Amino acid sequence: MAEKIALKKKVLSENDRIAQEIRESLKKNGVVALNFVSSPGSGKTSLLERTIAALGRELRIGLIAGDVQTENDSQRLIRAGGDRVRPIVTGGACHLDARMVARVLPDFDLGELDLLFIENVGNLVCPSSYDLGEDMKVVLISTTEGDDKPLKYPAMFRKSSVMIINKIDLLGTSDFDLQRAKENALGINPDLITFEVSCRTGEGLETWFDWLRQLVKKTAGS
Amino acid sequence: MHELSIAESIVEAVLQEKRRRGFQHVRKVGLRVGALSGVMVEALEFSFQAIVNETELDGAELCVEYLPVKIRCKTCGNRQTLDDNLFLCPQCGSADVDILQGEELDIAYLEVEDSPEKQGS
Repeated sequence: MAEKIALKKKVLSENDRIAQEIRESLKKNGVVALNFVSSPGSGKTSLLERTIAALGRELRIGLIAGDVQTENDSQRLIRAGGDRVRPIVTGGACHLDARMVARVLPDFDLGELDLLFIENVGNLVCPSSYDLGEDMKVVLISTTEGDDKPLKYPAMFRKSSVMIINKIDLLGTSDFDLQRAKENALGINPDLITFEVSCRTGEGLETWFDWLRQLVKKTAGS
Repeated sequence: MHELSIAESIVEAVLQEKRRRGFQHVRKVGLRVGALSGVMVEALEFSFQAIVNETELDGAELCVEYLPVKIRCKTCGNRQTLDDNLFLCPQCGSADVDILQGEELDIAYLEVEDSPEKQGS
């Protein structure tokens, strides 16, 4: 006899369970974790290089750098001054999942960290489905992309807490409209905290650094 | 293209359920996929078919229910299904909305044969 059995089970429940374990262990140690997502080439690695170079001495920053192939990004981050960098080479997979993060997490002494940056694989679709145990997602777009990116990838902008618009030094050389990009993003997610920066010239980065300092201070005080 | 990973997670979750409850054979897997889940239904169906026959779920069919985005406006109370991805209340234009539906990626039901739980009842 065939029978229909109701089953309300999330497909990614196993991923979510591991992510929750990661979240609890980070929280216990007072570590703030940010999951950086964007299309390939928006400047995730450049932003992290700049951030480590500027804050590496005052804040203890751990980095997990996901890449489809090569450890090039981790090498760049180590050169920028990151002394706590672990690569994840996904070997073709288009996103990081909680299991991959859980595997490298024991390499860090969490009690000795203020911040954990997770650089996801460059992709605005797949990483949106996978919770990695982070406190928030930070989505990057750059002025060499379309200003309608938020409309094309609503799930990612909906799930992110912060949006960084990079390459503002190139504004005016493409059809990217800064105001329209922000309107598009805020239409998807009115709570987005936004920053406008150029990782090349350094413009706007100080505001981002200050925000990170405050975030760490707030967590340490809670 | 993470549909193959998603398909693997579905197979893994259903196998777990099959062994735990002692089902003989799973005929159908009912899936609810929200418009905001980031999953492309056709690619998922293709991936599921490509891997399922190598497992104990051989022959199982994936039945997908696609769910559009539904919102509740916190300003005017309007409940409505959206046909675009701008999360603005179509009635009053407010961006202050709750998502009621659209983020699902759930296994809703299984159609199985020989459920021992029902035997003798």
